[in-house]
Amino acid sequence: MLLPGGKRLAWAGVALIALALAVLPFALAAAFGQTWVRVVNLALLYAMLALGLNIVVGFAGLLDLGYIAFYAVGAYLYALLASPHFGVHLPFWITLPLGFLVAAFFGVLLGAPTLKLRGDYLAIVTLGFGEIIRIFLNNLNAPVNITNGPQGINLVDPLKIGAFSFSTRETLLGVDFTGPQKYYYALLALTLGIIVLNTRLQDSRIGRAWEAIREDEVAARAMGINTRNIKLLAFAMGASFGGLAGGLFASLQGFISPESFSLLESVTVLSMVVLGGMGNIAGVILGAVLLTALPEVIRFTVVPVQEAVFGKVIVDPEAIRMLLFGLALILVMLFRPAGLWPATLRKREFAR
Amino acid sequence: MNCSRFCFAATAALLFLGIGGCSEDKKSQPAPKSGSAEMKTVDVTIGVVAPLTGPQSHIGKDLENAVRLAAEDANAAKISVGGSVLKFQIMAEDDQADPKMAPVVAQKLADARVNAVVGHFNSGTTIPASKIYSDAGIPQISPSATNPKYTEQGFKTAFRVVANDNQQGKVVGEYIAKDLKSKALAIIDDRTAYGQGVADVVQKSATAAGAKVVAREYTTDKSTDFKAILTKIKSRKPDVIFFGGIDTQAGPMLKQMKSLGISAQYVGADGIQSTELFKLGGDAVEGTLASFPGLPLDRMPQGKSFGERYRAKWNQDVVLYAPQGYDAFNVFIEAMKKAGSTEPAKFLPELARIDYGGITGPIRFDEKGDIKDGPITMFKAVGGKWAPVATIGGPAPAAEKK
Amino acid sequence: MDILLQQLINGITLGSIYALVALGYTMVYGIVGLINFAHGELVMVGALTALSVIQALMASGLGLPPAVIMLAGLLVAVPVCMLLAYAMERIAYRPLRGAPRLAPLITAIGVSIVLQNLAMLVWGRSYFSFPGVVNVTTYSVGGAAVTDQQIVIVLLAAALMAGLLVVVHRTRLGLAMRATAENSTVAGLMGVDANRVIVAAFLLGAALAAIAGLMVSAYYGIAHYYMGFMLGLKAFTAAVLGGIGNLAGAMLGGLLLGVIESLGAGYIGDLTGDVLGSNYQDVFAFFVLILVLTIRPSGLLGERISERA
Repeated sequence: MLLPGGKRLAWAGVALIALALAVLPFALAAAFGQTWVRVVNLALLYAMLALGLNIVVGFAGLLDLGYIAFYAVGAYLYALLASPHFGVHLPFWITLPLGFLVAAFFGVLLGAPTLKLRGDYLAIVTLGFGEIIRIFLNNLNAPVNITNGPQGINLVDPLKIGAFSFSTRETLLGVDFTGPQKYYYALLALTLGIIVLNTRLQDSRIGRAWEAIREDEVAARAMGINTRNIKLLAFAMGASFGGLAGGLFASLQGFISPESFSLLESVTVLSMVVLGGMGNIAGVILGAVLLTALPEVIRFTVVPVQEAVFGKVIVDPEAIRMLLFGLALILVMLFRPAGLWPATLRKREFAR
Repeated sequence: MNCSRFCFAATAALLFLGIGGCSEDKKSQPAPKSGSAEMKTVDVTIGVVAPLTGPQSHIGKDLENAVRLAAEDANAAKISVGGSVLKFQIMAEDDQADPKMAPVVAQKLADARVNAVVGHFNSGTTIPASKIYSDAGIPQISPSATNPKYTEQGFKTAFRVVANDNQQGKVVGEYIAKDLKSKALAIIDDRTAYGQGVADVVQKSATAAGAKVVAREYTTDKSTDFKAILTKIKSRKPDVIFFGGIDTQAGPMLKQMKSLGISAQYVGADGIQSTELFKLGGDAVEGTLASFPGLPLDRMPQGKSFGERYRAKWNQDVVLYAPQGYDAFNVFIEAMKKAGSTEPAKFLPELARIDYGGITGPIRFDEKGDIKDGPITMFKAVGGKWAPVATIGGPAPAAEKK
Repeated sequence: MDILLQQLINGITLGSIYALVALGYTMVYGIVGLINFAHGELVMVGALTALSVIQALMASGLGLPPAVIMLAGLLVAVPVCMLLAYAMERIAYRPLRGAPRLAPLITAIGVSIVLQNLAMLVWGRSYFSFPGVVNVTTYSVGGAAVTDQQIVIVLLAAALMAGLLVVVHRTRLGLAMRATAENSTVAGLMGVDANRVIVAAFLLGAALAAIAGLMVSAYYGIAHYYMGFMLGLKAFTAAVLGGIGNLAGAMLGGLLLGVIESLGAGYIGDLTGDVLGSNYQDVFAFFVLILVLTIRPSGLLGERISERA
């Protein structure tokens, strides 16, 4: 490639990253075991969620505290259509896009009544929506059993292309792939797709309209931007990625229940976006990876250290993890409000 | 360019990891199976998973203690299988009672190729983990998970040594209808997988046995105010109120029942059958009935002696499911002996056919993996303590009472 | 009829508690424009602190009369909560006064999480039973059961609300608070120190929260590290229902919400033919919230909601 020096370096960097990502699951499995491949898969799912929430919070500046509801919608839709619960087993290329669309619909549903609300109220209302959806999912098992209530839905089909299932261990082309490793590639591909989509959106007219609304809604309206539709679009797009991630989660885990879709999860995803860098695609991915790896790291360090020093665990890792989350939110807002890896624009906005 | 420098660093790190990883042997494997020349020992690693930290850690630790005691006893007994003496090791893992953590921990044990797993403790964690053990072919016995789903998934590796909620709920429902002769039954559940599961079964079996359900109300596992639903229930004049849930709700609920002047008989399942209930409910607890999927320690065939040995080693009393954990471990050994091998694939079929006399009583599994004839005990709260009032199911109580 | 009466009594008691907590939200919001997400945790800390003191006193065998023990619990809980509120304001909220709206909101969530987990570390995760300090007598009124606890709660809450109104409308501090809420710049020009006023609002709210905490744990007999969250959310709903920034509105909103929840949980089964049951009772608060904010964002009594850019 006869490119000038700087560009060649950039392409080499990209190639290296691609290579690293390609071999990652095998490197991890060899070094630490399949557990870490699962952790990376979880990180990818969270990255998708963070990217979706980033559209709502980061691009459009609308604080959504009930985002996990879309994740739940996508997951339940997939599970209902691909499990023994109703006896329906639709393939993923129907259920995943369906989850995408239905979640987008719910996004509009949530957005519509909240268009006139300001930041704080919007946050509370979205929180309320999130809780309402969770409560409904937990209780829609009587008189007609739709969601199977708190028992959740079990034995959800994994991703399958014909006879090739993503959850079984197989040898392809001489290389041994385990279930989690196969899922890794599926998740990676979809995450990359979402990243590309987000980048395009950010640079498009819509993205700029979102930015305008975030900065000054009145001025944006004065400039002729249809704030109503643009906001709804933000909700819909953000929700749709959540729905997609939800479907993948259901197929990966094989079992879903309303427990996994609590307010705490919404706050976790929000923390990833805030910590990583609101509005910055790379930033939120960083946030997602950090905050997914964090509990593992804590468990591997905090527990043994305490056992060594005190002979038993005094402070349990779950408490420390949440404590650090909360502290991270406060500290980030106080000292680096634009996030660890901020978008240059937000940096200016938050600069004091 | 800022980005590419950062990217380089990140990529280099990842590749380094990869190269380093590939050349390293799998760290998490136990010692190699082939024994040394003279003594011919075979290492057997049994995993035990329970919430070792968090609010249920006292129960989780209890399980771990029991399994460790079992390993100690087994090693001292120098059990021989297939010509080699078995040397037992324990791999204890903490799943924090979190359904998302459970598969991660299960994967860890599967990667380590343990021979069998005692666990997990909660139904919510046992069920997702069971898929991983099944895929890896690792036999799993849960000493305490009561959700029927666990064995309904059709996994050949899933077993349990306690009666499940279907069995428990059925017994309680029939008890309410026949023994308590209830004419007006009110049912409350806390909308968790456990509470709702038990309550639904109780409703079905009580109705089938002739009781009439006059109210069905709900709460959550975080509520403290039950006055609204209790008032509604009061208007239906029930003689028995069944609650599917745990002691943290049952305690305040009993107090509020008292202040509202409701005098119905309160019945619950194993979730409320704890010593905490007395602290949380005060004297409103008196007279409450609760079931437990098992026998009280001193009614088990070797319960008393186990209790003493446990106390001698760990300086505390058995908390809850230690006897079941101990038995689970020994059931695995029995299966290995019968199969003449420690390979999971070989002793799994023997496990399904096992007939073992444990400290909790005889252990046999049905075709789903549930224990056959699991006994259920009804307890009554008397004078600030739980006193057994009836044992239903199970074989005839053992005569051996040391 | 007696069931309806009973539900009303339950609802009014619950509502009084919501009202007390809602006052704290509304005061802070009226002056600073911040939803203090962590306010519910103040209630929790108050409850647990009082509980610890009461447990210690009862165990000490000093044989103090119940009223004294409760009072002692209160006297420790209130300053602790006030200190905590002060710390919150100074450390987490004051530096963000001028920042875009998102920032203090996220910080508030962070503070809430930190407080919950600190409480978990200090007091543990188990649920604490509130010791039976005072004997509860039940009276029968028109077929419904009223306990002296409920009477005390309602009366005490009413007295505190009245007291707060007196402070806000008849004292200099109250005047300063109202002025700052109207327009902090002009108030500043008139010599009102905004910082002091804001701190005062936080402290007053915290004191009310501590008292509410003691009430809640005594009434339900239980206290634990997570009890503040739902309560805070519902109290906030009550404040919005009545009109945020409006004290009388917070009180009205609280009482209304308590009654709506009680009656809702009691009658929803009958109303919907058992399609929806009491398992949806938590949803009422949220529905009310969304309804109010969609139809009448200024709340029942409030009129000070303007579009602040």
